[in-house]
Amino acid sequence: MKYMLLIYSDENAWTESEQKHCYKESIELTQKLNANGQYLGSSPLQPVSTATSVRVRDGKRLVTDGPFAETREQLGGYFLVDAANLDDAIAIAGRIPAARKGTVEIRPILELKGLLPEQ
Amino acid sequence: MQETKVNQMRKQVDHIYRSESRRVFATLIRLLGDFDLAEEAMHEAFAVAAEKWPGEGMPANPRTWLVSVGRFKAIDAIRRRTRFDVSLAELGQRLDSSGIEVKDDENVEDDRLRLIFTCCHPALPQDAQIALTLREVCGLKTEAIASAFLVAPPTLAQRIVRAKAKIRDARIPYQVPSRTDLPERLDTVLQVIYLVFNEGYAASSGASLTRADLSGEAIRLGRLVMALLPEPEVMGLLALMLLQESRRNARTTSTGDLILLEDQDRSLWNPAQISEGRALVQQALASQRIGAYTLQGAIAAVHAEAPSTAATDWAQIVALYTLLGQIEHSPIIDLNRAVAVAMRDGPAAGLRLIDAILADGNLANYHLAHAARADLCRRLEKTADAEASYQRALALVKQEPERRFLERRLRELG
Repeated sequence: MKYMLLIYSDENAWTESEQKHCYKESIELTQKLNANGQYLGSSPLQPVSTATSVRVRDGKRLVTDGPFAETREQLGGYFLVDAANLDDAIAIAGRIPAARKGTVEIRPILELKGLLPEQ
Repeated sequence: MQETKVNQMRKQVDHIYRSESRRVFATLIRLLGDFDLAEEAMHEAFAVAAEKWPGEGMPANPRTWLVSVGRFKAIDAIRRRTRFDVSLAELGQRLDSSGIEVKDDENVEDDRLRLIFTCCHPALPQDAQIALTLREVCGLKTEAIASAFLVAPPTLAQRIVRAKAKIRDARIPYQVPSRTDLPERLDTVLQVIYLVFNEGYAASSGASLTRADLSGEAIRLGRLVMALLPEPEVMGLLALMLLQESRRNARTTSTGDLILLEDQDRSLWNPAQISEGRALVQQALASQRIGAYTLQGAIAAVHAEAPSTAATDWAQIVALYTLLGQIEHSPIIDLNRAVAVAMRDGPAAGLRLIDAILADGNLANYHLAHAARADLCRRLEKTADAEASYQRALALVKQEPERRFLERRLRELG
């Protein structure tokens, strides 16, 4: 079963060297997950200051600056993994380096027939 | 003659329902992978038993027979429904190909443990953990759980439905946790059991009957987990519950008023529960892996051993609270320790500690902190201070018997 692991943390709480170290550890984790056949995808995101929001209402497109919601902790990256069950996904989430500073939200993927798989 | 035989068999089916239905259910969840399907299958299996056993006699192993019939009934039901629901087709195929024989008797106890850990999974909200455990592990009816917890039955039913949906959709596994996760996961299970116990123990008025039943249910759950997983903290919790329960008949008057430990008639304490609780505490302490429940059980055991409040080993109780405070930082433990210090060294020493705890602000809205302070001031004959603290406690108290007790004490100040 597929799970999306969404990483939330306060962007301002990271020093540059902490962030570098976190990226390095995250890359190591993706390699281990890949060797287990559990890796589907992962990436950090540019800071929320680069965010743009789009909505379409009554056929009109509305573009605004900023994220969907202003919160103290922001979505900063994700892992998409294949796990046997929630306990397995929890174990993987616990190995994500950013979990030591922020929060990892686990969401099971809703399988939709006809949807193209990840490339 | 024939008539009595049928009646006897009916009684036997009832007896097996009471003793085996939860085991059959737990195994069917593993085989079918779905709570609702398993419940339906379990009831169908018992219906078939009630119909067939009087004529054909009881099978050699009724439990295995029931699991087997339940599983067939579930496959039948899925086949019928597959015509309307495509998603069930896959499940039907999987069940069909997974073999016909059900003979894993040794797996049955594991299934009960699996069920407990699934119901108490930390990914479920705590109120849902409690409701699911009472319903699925203990087999209580939704209405009974709702009335015991003073919530509307539809609210509780919705809680259970949501939890089952999460178990299915997020795929919460039906397994005993790995060794590394076990201490943390067992802690959640023990917490659920103790919350159920306290719900039945703290309230002593109103619907008192159903509430005492909750404590009994918690003790039964504790015994079940103890039999399946005899870890020291399981012993500690079971001991704690038994020792608290042993005082039930002594802690309220016939009119439902509260009687403090020091005023209780100790001859009303239940000696069987005390000796079982004490033995469990000894066993847990001997393991050298001492946790918070074991220490609380040990404190309850010291009280249980004492012939009176004055003759209680307060030094021992202070020492146990000090250890407990090191494992679990909590101002409530500090408060209990302060009360024990007052008993060991006199009210002035206890009052200094309580004033320091209240100054920290954590317990400023906890009625028992003010009630304890009031009691120590009363003993020190600081009447004005005592009165102010009783008033503060009365403004915060929620339970009726406790309110009456505080009002009585306030009146007695004169």
